[in-house]
Amino acid sequence: MSDTAVLALEDGRIFRGRCVGMKAECYGEVVFNTGIAGYQEIFTDPSYSGQIVVLTNPQIGNYGANGEDNESARPFIEGLAVREFSEIASNWRSTGHAADFLSQQRIPIISEIDTRALVRHLRDQGSMRGVISSIETDTGRLVEKARSIPEMAGLDLASTVSTKQRYEWSRGVDACSPSELVGPAEETKYHVVAYDFGIKHNILRSLVQRGCKVTVVPSLTSAEDVLALKPDGVFLSNGPGDPEPLSEPIRNIRRLVGRTPIFGICLGHQVLGLTVGGKTFKLKFGHHGVNHPVRNERTGKVEITSQNHGFAVDPDSLDASHIELTHTNLNDHTLEGFRSRKDPLFCVQYHPEAAPGPHDSRYLFDEFVELMKKS
Amino acid sequence: MAKRTDIHKILIIGSGPIVIGQACEFDYSGTQACKALRDEGYEVVLVNSNPATIMTDPGLAEQTYVEPLTVEYVREIIARERPDALLSTVGGQTGLNLSVELAEKGVLDEFGVELIGAKIEAIKKAEDRLLFKDAMRSIGLDVPDSKLVNNLEDGMEFGAEVGYPVVLRPSFTLGGTGGGLAYNSEEMKELCARALELSPVHEVLIEESVLGWKEFELEVMRDLADNCIIVCSIENFDPMGVHTGDSLTVAPAQTLTDREYQMMRDGALACLREIGVDTGGSNVQFAVEPNTGRMVVIEMNPRVSRSSALASKATGFPIAKIAAKLAVGMRLDEIPNDITRKTPACFEPTIDYVVVKLPKWQFEKFPGAEPLLGVQMKSIGEVMSIGRTFKHALSKAIRSLETGKKFSEDDFDPAKIDQRLITPTPERLNYIRFAMTKGYSVKQIHEMTRIDPWFLQQMKHLIDLQAELEAETVDTVSGEQLEQAKRYGLSDKRVARALGSGELALRAKRKEHGIQAVFKRVDTCAAEFESFTPYLYSAYEEECEAEPTERRKVMILGSGPNRIGQGIEFDYCCCHASYALQELGYESIMVNCNPETVSTDYDTSDRLYFEPLTLENVLNIHETEKVDGVIVQFGGQTPLTLALPLKQQGVPIIGTDPESIDLAEDRERFGALLADLQIPQPENGTAASPKEACRVARSLGYPVLVRPSYVLGGRAMVIAYDEATVNSYMREAVVYSQERPVLVDRFLENATEVDVDALCDGDEVLIGGIMEHIEEAGVHSGDSSCVLPSASIPEKQLATIRHYTVRLAKALNVRGLMNIQYAIHNGKVYVIEVNPRASRTVPYVSKSTGYPLAKIAVGLMVGRKLSDYDLPRGMLPVGKNCVKSPVFPFNKFPGVDPILGPEMRSTGEVMGIGETFGEAFAKAQLSAGTALPDKGAVFISVTERERAEGLDVARKFADLGFRIYATRGTAYALRAAGIECTVGLKVNEGRPNIVDLTKDRRFDLIVNSPAGAQSFQDEKTIRRAAMRYRIPCLTTLSAARAAAEGIAARREHPARVESLQRLHARQTAA
Repeated sequence: MSDTAVLALEDGRIFRGRCVGMKAECYGEVVFNTGIAGYQEIFTDPSYSGQIVVLTNPQIGNYGANGEDNESARPFIEGLAVREFSEIASNWRSTGHAADFLSQQRIPIISEIDTRALVRHLRDQGSMRGVISSIETDTGRLVEKARSIPEMAGLDLASTVSTKQRYEWSRGVDACSPSELVGPAEETKYHVVAYDFGIKHNILRSLVQRGCKVTVVPSLTSAEDVLALKPDGVFLSNGPGDPEPLSEPIRNIRRLVGRTPIFGICLGHQVLGLTVGGKTFKLKFGHHGVNHPVRNERTGKVEITSQNHGFAVDPDSLDASHIELTHTNLNDHTLEGFRSRKDPLFCVQYHPEAAPGPHDSRYLFDEFVELMKKS
Repeated sequence: MAKRTDIHKILIIGSGPIVIGQACEFDYSGTQACKALRDEGYEVVLVNSNPATIMTDPGLAEQTYVEPLTVEYVREIIARERPDALLSTVGGQTGLNLSVELAEKGVLDEFGVELIGAKIEAIKKAEDRLLFKDAMRSIGLDVPDSKLVNNLEDGMEFGAEVGYPVVLRPSFTLGGTGGGLAYNSEEMKELCARALELSPVHEVLIEESVLGWKEFELEVMRDLADNCIIVCSIENFDPMGVHTGDSLTVAPAQTLTDREYQMMRDGALACLREIGVDTGGSNVQFAVEPNTGRMVVIEMNPRVSRSSALASKATGFPIAKIAAKLAVGMRLDEIPNDITRKTPACFEPTIDYVVVKLPKWQFEKFPGAEPLLGVQMKSIGEVMSIGRTFKHALSKAIRSLETGKKFSEDDFDPAKIDQRLITPTPERLNYIRFAMTKGYSVKQIHEMTRIDPWFLQQMKHLIDLQAELEAETVDTVSGEQLEQAKRYGLSDKRVARALGSGELALRAKRKEHGIQAVFKRVDTCAAEFESFTPYLYSAYEEECEAEPTERRKVMILGSGPNRIGQGIEFDYCCCHASYALQELGYESIMVNCNPETVSTDYDTSDRLYFEPLTLENVLNIHETEKVDGVIVQFGGQTPLTLALPLKQQGVPIIGTDPESIDLAEDRERFGALLADLQIPQPENGTAASPKEACRVARSLGYPVLVRPSYVLGGRAMVIAYDEATVNSYMREAVVYSQERPVLVDRFLENATEVDVDALCDGDEVLIGGIMEHIEEAGVHSGDSSCVLPSASIPEKQLATIRHYTVRLAKALNVRGLMNIQYAIHNGKVYVIEVNPRASRTVPYVSKSTGYPLAKIAVGLMVGRKLSDYDLPRGMLPVGKNCVKSPVFPFNKFPGVDPILGPEMRSTGEVMGIGETFGEAFAKAQLSAGTALPDKGAVFISVTERERAEGLDVARKFADLGFRIYATRGTAYALRAAGIECTVGLKVNEGRPNIVDLTKDRRFDLIVNSPAGAQSFQDEKTIRRAAMRYRIPCLTTLSAARAAAEGIAARREHPARVESLQRLHARQTAA
């Protein structure tokens, strides 16, 4: 049939389904996300660069796409695998169909597959490389292609998605409904320089909302160039790929430690882990979802967090005399955040900016502002 | 923060009888709470007046009180048991209201009992609509504009101000009783007056209408450390204007972006914190304007609710259990997730399927009630279904309802489409379907129904596919089409009908194409972690996760949605079956689709299949599990109708043979059996036309009882005193055919009716109880009060009953339970009906005697003998007097004639336990909501035949200080016996007559024994008036005597209580 599509994994497992939207082929590491809502944010999160995303929610596309929920300038996922993709878009903010949104970037969608079986496979076998194709039908060839994709470990993707040019960001959060409790952005008091490894817009909006002027700089910007901008604080963003190959950013950031308050999220957290002498490792299938419990070790309270990472910082590799472990994942007890005992530096593995996900951890942006205030 | 060690003993208040708006879900939550607290080492004291519940099983609490849920009785229990704390949040609105009352009347302070779960301030803030609105506004959340009024004038003024329609919400009523929408000032006058009257505090909130807005609900949990999680989001298919309990609802929410969902989540958490619910589960309801996204908070329940039960079943996250643990100070992150074992309960469940809940209505039981849906809940029960997609789940849910009706074009009135789309009725889904086949677009239907286009589009897919199939035949249909049909959730039956084939032929056909069901797990985490609980649903997908074991296993078919005549009693039996199987070393597999029940809790059975109870679905499970036996006799009529078809497909049915079950329902063969055994039954005949029915009736002699064959809960039965009634019944009320004729029985007037539950192992019979009805003959057994042990039946007749029971049990080769209904007429015992299966009285008999009949029955079904159990022989003894009384939903159906008859209409039951029949009866009446008076006036009317006994009863009342009213004949006899009384006129004698006096509330109690055809209408009118004005009306002298004794007993012992455990221990010792 003309509208068939195939998802082939490197271990030879094949899922046959239907092609939605444009006929295309894509390659990437196959990961699953367990969030129920928020597909548009996922599509546009640059951290998914190099990855094919499987959504566990079987009904995708229901609320269409809109101009406000993008986390970057365009979709970054390589491909999408779902159980069912909606024919219509139904929501008061919707301005278009979610499939068109992906098709414009030639991103293939495979639907009607047993996504639960696929997720169980990835859970048991670990994330692996795969291909979605609605062009090639020879599954043997597709498996070969999957095996020829570079492995995620060792891959520097952050530099490829990072902005090429420095820019300023000044938009805060706009309410999605007359009932949403979003005030106007606070008056600008601080200047934050944000390293872009694949930064999500809601991080920028969240900083602006708290009275920060943000200058976004390319991932390879030197420490001197950053300091020349006279920042009140430096932010290290989320992003795709393995943190280990980011040796140049790590060198730069090492020279910033102690000289300015630093806050890191996700890849930014991993980069900081490496900067302070720790090690990172690849998780079996990563954390991708919006329901992960994280305990704040300083308060004992649990936050439900938004997560999207395939690598983690090994807490045992950190020097306990310098580093305080501040956040722990309660599902698998991996490290979710730490701070320096002497320098103004802290970071979390998860996403306090949410988008998508719960707002439990927004306080971290306040803490960053607090840190800048004190410094 | 670990669990509290300063409290040891905790009181849990249940929700009482099943009523509309408060059903099995609180048995589920109460049972979970009991188990959870005991697991943590606390002692639990439970009180609930409903004997049909699992929670009142003596094994679930240290002390279980089946006593009236009033301050007086619960105070007595507290005084005796001295609990440290009271958990107020798992017993529904009843439990919550009673907890508040106990606190306000100082009982909790007096005995030093701490309220846990929700504090009194939080409950008040959440329940008082004005305080609630102020609280929401204070944290920046939007609410509909409103005003609280306590008089009609203010209501009218505000209505004019905000513009009609407006919503009326009386304060402190259950399930929205008395609420409504007023579309104009005239309606406002009527509705507002009624709402004011129904509110116990005479208060009504008039509110800006959010009719047609999208409706959502979030289930929230919070612990003492202020950790908060959302367990589940629910989106209503039906927009605002239809009570959530009457709405089709979907989990998770389908049409919200993450931004909008998070706004709602923030709102729900802020709401919980502001209201101050310290621990436990709550739900917050929102309405969203579909064009602007304006979001308002509608209400929140500071307790476990119907939707919490749904959310628990929808996600696999046990809200009530966790709520109980949080109430004793545990934190969410200290409690493990049972399903994944490795991760904590402190997370937000995510689901990779779609859940649909559909309500079950029974308007047909209440002629005169308009079948319209509004802000007051009318549904009796509900089903839930799980599918991989909304279409799949919707198709399954519709089938789970067992409406039995196949709507064809002829059933629809094309002229009514628009009206039916605009005004919600129980037939809404059918009319949407009909409109679509008539070419209405999704947009048009959306405009009329305000149902979100996304849902309508899904329905359209289903309809389009069915149309496509109708163009094919079983030979031309392709494998792809069949596969799509199955993935859309269409049943084999439905597909077969479209293709002009049969269900089983289609099943074979699709298997040829390799299309068969697989089973997926409900695991709280969308497969991110391994699941250790086999909680399964069917899907048409690639991979099956059932992983059946090699153990000996038995499947139990549940009873499906709650309905009148088939309710919680059967769930009780199914759960017991499961417990018994596990004790006997079998793997127990439960199949059911009712989310309110204990049976659908994932830890009740070894394995749970949340599936519709249809031949197709059960066969699918059997093919996967290959069970050693299937139990069909515990789930009421639903599994029984599957027994023979399953047997024909080679599925091993254990217990009584399905052929015997069928025999007992087959009029002719059963008649022959009775004749063989020389057991009398009322003379009877069958008819397949009005003419024939009249002829049969004439030959039997009036009055006659007319009913369809194969009945459940006495649907569409009538007692006819004349030919006109028979004629109109045959023409209007009943569907019949040559194969399924109408049954006509001679009606035994003034008979005493008796229910018997018995166990049989094939050789020996044990009678569980002989229950004497204390309502006049002709009232459906489910609507009758009855007493154990029997109060007035002479030993000779009891012996006959025992004798007949043993003979029938053996003749039908019963393995397990059976129920027989007898009538004693002029000293002669007749068999009315035999059901070789568990009956709705099984839990009542079990709790009265202390022997778990259902559990023993399962043993017998798998081959054990009665002699293997430590049981009395012959008949179980009852230590005290136990009265069971029915509870009716008439207050939900204004305009309906509340008269009792052969058609069952009660939704629930209560039990009263007493030293004397009188005391037990008085308690049961109190629990059922028609408390016997302490003083005042009694109206007495008895037939000539019963006059002597009547005098005796009248004297008792007179001695108790009651004023006596009587009809002329009775009055003369009373005066002659020296009993002072006032004469009341019969209806045909002039006015003011008895009915006028009843309506004028001159009587506090009515004793009116039926006198046959002449006074039939009179009696109906009196009874109707009594029902409406909530005056207890007794129709037999045994009940009247019991009432007099009960009133006397209460004067001596105002609130005597006893736990089942102590009662049973004493019984066994004796």
